[in-house]
Amino acid sequence: MLPDRVIRHGRVEPDLWKFVGVGEEPVPAALPPGPIAVPLAAWKERRADLVARREPVGVWLAPADDPVEIADDLAELSLVAVHFPKFADGRGYSTAVLLRTRYGWRGELRAFGDVGRDQLDELTRTGFDSFSLAPHRDPEAALASLKPFKRPYQGGVDDPAPLFRKRFTTGAAR
Amino acid sequence: MYKYDAYDQALVDERVAQFRDQTRRYLAGELTDDEFRPLRLRNGLYIQRHAPMLRVAIPYGLLASRQLRKLASIAREFDRGYGHFSTRQNLQYNWPKLETVPEILAQLATVEMHAIQTSGNCVRNITTDHFAGVAPDEIVDPRPFAEILRQWSTFHPEFNWLPRKFKIAVNAATEDRTALLLHDIGLQLLKNDAGEVGIRVVVGGGMGRTPIIGHVINEFVPWRHMLTYVEAILRVYNRYGRRDNIYKARIKILVKSLGPEPFAREVDEEWTAFSQDSPSIITDEELARVSAHFVAPAYQKLPDVDPHHVQSLADSRAFKRWAERNVHPHRVPGYAAVTLSLKKTGVPPGDATAEQMEQVADMAERYSFGELRVSHEQNLILADVRKRDLFAVWLAAKAAGFATPNVGLLTNIISCPGGDFCSLANAKSIPIAEAIQRRFDDLDYLHDIGELDLNISGCMNSCGHHHVGHIGILGVDKNGAEWYQVSIGGRQGNHAALGDVIGPSFAAADMPDVVERLIETYLDQRHEDELFVDTVHRLGIAPFKQRVYAGKELAHAA
Repeated sequence: MLPDRVIRHGRVEPDLWKFVGVGEEPVPAALPPGPIAVPLAAWKERRADLVARREPVGVWLAPADDPVEIADDLAELSLVAVHFPKFADGRGYSTAVLLRTRYGWRGELRAFGDVGRDQLDELTRTGFDSFSLAPHRDPEAALASLKPFKRPYQGGVDDPAPLFRKRFTTGAAR
Repeated sequence: MYKYDAYDQALVDERVAQFRDQTRRYLAGELTDDEFRPLRLRNGLYIQRHAPMLRVAIPYGLLASRQLRKLASIAREFDRGYGHFSTRQNLQYNWPKLETVPEILAQLATVEMHAIQTSGNCVRNITTDHFAGVAPDEIVDPRPFAEILRQWSTFHPEFNWLPRKFKIAVNAATEDRTALLLHDIGLQLLKNDAGEVGIRVVVGGGMGRTPIIGHVINEFVPWRHMLTYVEAILRVYNRYGRRDNIYKARIKILVKSLGPEPFAREVDEEWTAFSQDSPSIITDEELARVSAHFVAPAYQKLPDVDPHHVQSLADSRAFKRWAERNVHPHRVPGYAAVTLSLKKTGVPPGDATAEQMEQVADMAERYSFGELRVSHEQNLILADVRKRDLFAVWLAAKAAGFATPNVGLLTNIISCPGGDFCSLANAKSIPIAEAIQRRFDDLDYLHDIGELDLNISGCMNSCGHHHVGHIGILGVDKNGAEWYQVSIGGRQGNHAALGDVIGPSFAAADMPDVVERLIETYLDQRHEDELFVDTVHRLGIAPFKQRVYAGKELAHAA
């Protein structure tokens, strides 16, 4: 079960999305009403049906899924999500970077699964803008961990210029 | 050396606050053991056999006297009065308490130090040549590049949860002193025919249970693209490295399974896709800014031959012997680099007490511009000593217990902490090192044997670099008992090679005999001026093996 609240654009909000096909659960033949996010395989098989519903549709990617597989479909999607079955599996960070910087995804990019507040900084900086934390986690408390580092060294998706390109433009360091 | 500005300092301070909060949440039961473990590991904190172990980063092995004094005072206040210098140029405390670690980190931050990414499946401390900036064979100074890499890899958001740990070494001299070919990435700085600086990139080397010599995947990456190229390698690894088996998760396994050339093509394709206009292309201004931190100290203009030094060499045989082994050439006339040995018999290799750290800090201030280095051979180095001061440095080193004249010799043993401390170890390493040092305590004999690297690891993780020891010793566990497997013929440097195992493993008590028989074989068979390792490569392991296993039966495991 996914929690019913998400962190979106720095606030806790009710989640309008239904995720199907997560874990062992099969994708139901009759899709529920409202916005739904389906796994990559279901999107590829049932794309015509999903588009015909005339409701927002999203795709969620597993760690091993290659985002290039939806690169040409992005215009039809209202959400792309990346599943973190275990928080220590970091493939999803590269998935996000590629979606944002190579394939041009500008819509909502959601991290869900075994996600905790201590990953929010990295997730934000690789381009995620909404977070569905593991169910036992308190999203309100997690807001305190959104930005632990004011000016990180590297560029990120949220701010591409690395610090070394700013040290000379923001005036004296001290 | 690199001095923090307000940006650098803020990042380290913010990290202390973040870890303080994580520790608080763990102690309050808000984080489980499984959740806290990778968070604390990213700050170098292990839970060990007796207590937590905290690994403090010493970026590319460079330390200022005031930093070493702080390390000494932390050892006194929070530990048992000593620390252990590791083979990755870091310092480990073996007895801190978990609750005090945030405070230790706060104290480290006051001297521009931290424990960031000294463990965990992320990019670890960048290592380089311990003679960087002073080596006569240096092509360019590697330290600005190592610092730029340090900053890039610190809290890199995409690469903080890699399949496995990731070690990068930078070498910039003609001789490799970094074990470059045995790193996840080895960066060799060089100049092309046009005099432009670039990087030969080696990938997929490593020790551990599958030792592999790295492969060159690019002969010349322009220096401005150091970060973009490393980013491309890490993206390929992060996406395709194995995550199903911890023993197959290092990049070397990915490079091996794809093959070095297909791997290189993957990297190239990725690199081409984003690098042309990447903001991570290093600017001239940034290289100049960082390089300004590593300008040469105020060397005096001195004759290269110092009469006082020459006289001392003639007067004292002991000093001469020390100078032969522990004093190294310097690119500036009249100066030398000095190794302070942490390999005194009876002391665990790499260990230093708080008092010794303070003594070294004083010596560095008095004789070497207030800076020193940690070598991957677990010694300390004063890089800028006037030749006329060498005798005084020797006297001070002798008084403090660092003058063992054994650099490059058999008793300069590299050893991990082993089963006495480490919960991963299969067997003890320190008592084996000590028993061998005691057997070879005759200095004339030791010098006659000549250059010999003897490396000991307490388990397959090979923190003691046994694969590249001329003699390598590996602790193994057989049915709950500690045994030692011996290999010979390994070496580091430009012609790095992995040793070959000579046969069944031995009991601890027999290890000095085993080493002695290897040495006797060498002394009988060597050509003039031939090192032990060269004799092994010329003859193969057979005569050594025969001698060790013949004659008096040594107890060995089947």
